[in-house]
Amino acid sequence: MPSPTIAAIATAQAPGGIGVIRISGHAAFDIAQHLFSPKKPLDYSQLRHHTMAYGTLHDFPAATNQPPAQPSSNKPLGSFLGKELSPRATEEGSRSDAACISAFAHGYKIDDIICLLFPAPHSYTGEHVVEFQCHGGMAVMQRALQAVFSAGAQPAGPGEFTRRAYENGRLNLTQAEAVMQLIAATSEQAARAAQAAMGGALSQAIDQTRANLIALQAHISAWVDYPEEDIDALQSSEITHILNQAQQELHALIARAPRDNLMLQGINTALVGRPNVGKSSLLNVLAGYDRAIVTPTPGTTRDTVTETVQLGNLTLRLTDTAGIRATDDAIEAAGVQRSRAALAQADLILAVFDASQPLTTEDHDLLAQCDPARTVIVFNKSDLQQQTPRLLPREGAPAAAGEEGSRSDCDLAASPFTRVSISALQASGIDTLTQAIEQLLNTSSFNPNEAMLANQRQRDTATQALAAIEEALYAHESGYPLDAVSICIEDAITHLFALTGERTTDAVVDEVFARFCVGK
Amino acid sequence: MHYDIIIIGAGHAGIEAGLAAARLGCRTAIFTQCLDAVANLPCNPSIGGTSKGHIVREIDALGGEMGKVADETTIQFRMLNLGKGPAVHSPRAQVDRRAYADTMKLRLEQQPNLHLIQGEVISVEPISNKPPSSFLGKELSPRATEEGSRSDAACGSQLPNGLWPHARRDELCSPETINPPHWSIQLLTGATYTAQCVILATGTFLRARVHIGEHNHQAGPDGLPAAMQLSESLKQLGIPLQRFKTGTPPRVNRRSIDFSQTTEQPGDEHPTPFSFLHEARSSKPQLLPREGAPAAAGEEGSRSDVTSSSHLRRDDSPSASPLGEVRPQARWGCTAAPAVSHPPAPQVPCHLTFTTEATKQVIQANLHRSPMYSGVIDGIGARYCPSIEDKIVRFADKDRHNIFIEPCGRHTNEMYLQGLSSSLPEDVQHQILATVPGLQHAQVMRPAYAIEYDCVNPLALRPTLEFRDRAGLFGAGQFNGSSGYEEAAAQGLMAGINAAHKILGREEFTLGRHEAYIGILIDDLVNKGTNEPYRMMTSRAEYRLLLRHDTADRRLTPHGHKLGLIDNTRFAQYEAKQAQIQQEKQRLASVRITWQGKSATLTELLRRPELDYTALAEHDPDRPNLPQEVITNIETDIKYEGYLKRQQAQVHEMLRLEHVPLPADIDYHAITALRIEARQKLVAARPETLGAASRISGVNPADVEILLLFLKKK
Repeated sequence: MPSPTIAAIATAQAPGGIGVIRISGHAAFDIAQHLFSPKKPLDYSQLRHHTMAYGTLHDFPAATNQPPAQPSSNKPLGSFLGKELSPRATEEGSRSDAACISAFAHGYKIDDIICLLFPAPHSYTGEHVVEFQCHGGMAVMQRALQAVFSAGAQPAGPGEFTRRAYENGRLNLTQAEAVMQLIAATSEQAARAAQAAMGGALSQAIDQTRANLIALQAHISAWVDYPEEDIDALQSSEITHILNQAQQELHALIARAPRDNLMLQGINTALVGRPNVGKSSLLNVLAGYDRAIVTPTPGTTRDTVTETVQLGNLTLRLTDTAGIRATDDAIEAAGVQRSRAALAQADLILAVFDASQPLTTEDHDLLAQCDPARTVIVFNKSDLQQQTPRLLPREGAPAAAGEEGSRSDCDLAASPFTRVSISALQASGIDTLTQAIEQLLNTSSFNPNEAMLANQRQRDTATQALAAIEEALYAHESGYPLDAVSICIEDAITHLFALTGERTTDAVVDEVFARFCVGK
Repeated sequence: MHYDIIIIGAGHAGIEAGLAAARLGCRTAIFTQCLDAVANLPCNPSIGGTSKGHIVREIDALGGEMGKVADETTIQFRMLNLGKGPAVHSPRAQVDRRAYADTMKLRLEQQPNLHLIQGEVISVEPISNKPPSSFLGKELSPRATEEGSRSDAACGSQLPNGLWPHARRDELCSPETINPPHWSIQLLTGATYTAQCVILATGTFLRARVHIGEHNHQAGPDGLPAAMQLSESLKQLGIPLQRFKTGTPPRVNRRSIDFSQTTEQPGDEHPTPFSFLHEARSSKPQLLPREGAPAAAGEEGSRSDVTSSSHLRRDDSPSASPLGEVRPQARWGCTAAPAVSHPPAPQVPCHLTFTTEATKQVIQANLHRSPMYSGVIDGIGARYCPSIEDKIVRFADKDRHNIFIEPCGRHTNEMYLQGLSSSLPEDVQHQILATVPGLQHAQVMRPAYAIEYDCVNPLALRPTLEFRDRAGLFGAGQFNGSSGYEEAAAQGLMAGINAAHKILGREEFTLGRHEAYIGILIDDLVNKGTNEPYRMMTSRAEYRLLLRHDTADRRLTPHGHKLGLIDNTRFAQYEAKQAQIQQEKQRLASVRITWQGKSATLTELLRRPELDYTALAEHDPDRPNLPQEVITNIETDIKYEGYLKRQQAQVHEMLRLEHVPLPADIDYHAITALRIEARQKLVAARPETLGAASRISGVNPADVEILLLFLKKK
């Protein structure tokens, strides 16, 4: 029993120039034949390569005069692009749909379209694929989709096109994961990284390491299984060299995973500082900077408001935290608790201070809770204080606070904290801030074309492979014979295959016979 | 004439199948085309080798015969891979080819419940109208008595009382129970026999064709006739056959070899027997320093035999025929240890030489005359058994290839040239030999040849080696697409046990990949299939540290005892050895000594790579006197403890899937979430567990997850 034929709108759900409906499955060409009247004759049975045709899309069988099975406007819209439509979208859709029904009430033509036909297996999913390129517009698109459903297609589930591509061997696991990554990409850099992964950047990097280990293991196997063939005994240094190399490569991949992850998933950033130091204006500046879209979304794991802003190549997910100070107020204490958690979990802390004011005890308490490796101190209101921000208390300040402030100010000057001065009001210093963050998080070295571990599964598997290689090295260096070493190498190979969703099977045995002249 | 089990073929698979079935109490017959070719070694005159030696010891631990007979007829023994780690130490024996065959034939002749019959089987047919599913062993009533069996009467072969003096005792039947024959076989002579189970162990004989250069003719190995008709009968049963190819090198006369140009390859000073039964007699007291061992192996052999029977094989009695040397056997299982020395006489050396640049030129100039290269042979050859022309073509940059000169026996001048397997014409073979140091004037007694034969696609088999769609019909050995005597014998043993169990209504018997190389062999064959003759390799065993040859008894003898193939005497001997191992391990863990100024237990010290049991002797005066194999076993267990645990964890993980059965009626094509390749592979192999499914190439981890979900939903 073949998989059902699926369809969905493949372009963004917004008014736009061109909208694409993608249909995949064994019945895709039948559906196209049913709904699409090409300008020039088209023989579906003769299709061998992808083909483009111009023509008209109808919402009931063009050849026979059958009306559609169901009035399209009454049918639920289902899911598009793998996402359930929000009630608002559905209402809008229905409304415009209703409007257009009347427009098309007596004509069955939906649109003049370009139809792309990809015969299996030379398509994205490996099945027959049809794409209708319509003139965009929500009403037209949804009407067209309804027609496709009426002709026998089912709504595509989330990620279903990609899943089919994986199932039919068109993508390997890391590539399929990369598609999902691309869909979820938060920045241009992340999107480019996802594209590199789709092109197999990770697979290629792993392939090399894996091939080296398989070659090593094959050599050991040939040497062990064919003791009477004159196969060169392995040099200890050669084994160590190959294992070291694999260890270094995997180690580098794993070591840069946290940074890569910041680029792929965005940087969880805690914005801290006393009220009125300019956090809000900084937020606004950041939000407006680079014309990034500001999307206030209720936090899912914590009850704070986050905003996603774009800062150069960086995507910051900003969490504005309440002040952190000892308090008797229960509600405020809860807020403080959340703030502490936000500080602990953040990839980046932006500690904002008023440059025109001396640092207070509260400021110092706050700084004490910030990890210098993840914190940038932002002196705001540099416009009010043209010279170096005042780090020393003003004369006449209370002695106790002054003393403390003074001491801490000195600490601060000598501290490892990264510091920048900006004027949120004048939107100046933002570039400096960006550079400071990139330097602190080492993101400027990020290369989207490099192999990277994009999700937890990949990181876990790579870590297991690394552990097995380290164990092989240990066994070899402590003088265990090769049988102990080889089972560790095999373990590493197994994990490296798992990374791309494959299985070892007979890779080593095949390599033995490809590389060594063995046998009686 | 009716039997419980009929076995077609008396090679290494048929033999073990027949012995196991008969020993389990089934009336068994083995048919062979030629009684003079029983237990023939048509290729190399050796038993064991890497991973194959493990298999022989496993066969022995389960109560099979190969190891015992190999021990009795060994003319040279070597433990291969010493220094490469205990997991891959592999015992290998050169055996006296005639003595091996004759000894084994006599075992068959003396085995109660077993008939050895000469005759070419030309057809196998089901003789019941019942659908195959009703043939399942569990539904069948216990076997009929010979008296009054309707079906026996129908076949006109009522058996006289007393013909089966050792008939099994556990299944005495009421008069009305009927044991219908399910299969009928017909001989070339027209005679028919019936049986409940038939085991196909036809080796390389089915539609066999021998190729020597441009010439080819119908024939089995060693000039024996090919079995030309049985394939057609199997095809009519719907059994999927494929065509494989293998080959063998020339045999030359010892007199014509100039050994001065070769390197001698002597046997080990202290041979290790294959059979655990022979272990205690052959091993030396551990305190004996290696350097101080007796000068000649012969002396040692004689000495260890002092207490055993007087049937000593003397190397200085060249007049004794191999047959005359064979000890009359008591009924199987009655003796704890046969009175054989190991090895039976001074060892015979092998010799090493190699091909030269001139060899290469001769072969390259005559390649067009090889049927493999001219396209005459369409059978698929094994990558691991390449002909010399294959080696030259595929590894053109290799300067030379080893050739081992191996004696075929004590009482023959025939020498086997390992490494010179070829299908080139005889005149080219002569030219090749002329280029090899020491063989320049070698006189060819039997030319090298390639042989093509029909065998089954093993995907049609269940893990019990029964055909999935043909209840009561089993396959074993080279017929199943394997290669090698040892692989064949192992399958024969397992098929024999399972056929007997089917008849006796007992549980199926299979071994896991973590339990035995035998388990790996059968799992690979029936789930992955093979497109070339399948050879075992240590690298196929992912849990090989757990499958050391010296632990075969620990892994399998309890199974053998439970099956009824290991008698109580031998089992007691086994248990005593295990107790000895346990006690010594406990002692080593509790005794503390001062070593380099620090206190440590002996176990802790043994873990150090630089120390071993012998090195600690002077610091451990109270140690018991243990046999070497016990010491090796303990030492390895201790030194490898961490790696053994690692492998056990992997096994634990593997078993998680192994214990999930896959129903036989799953419609894989309907599970659309499976990748198409996975669906096709699963339909072809019909794995019985999720674990087996996961090992099929083309079934990815994601597919396994999908299957798991599917099973949960059901």
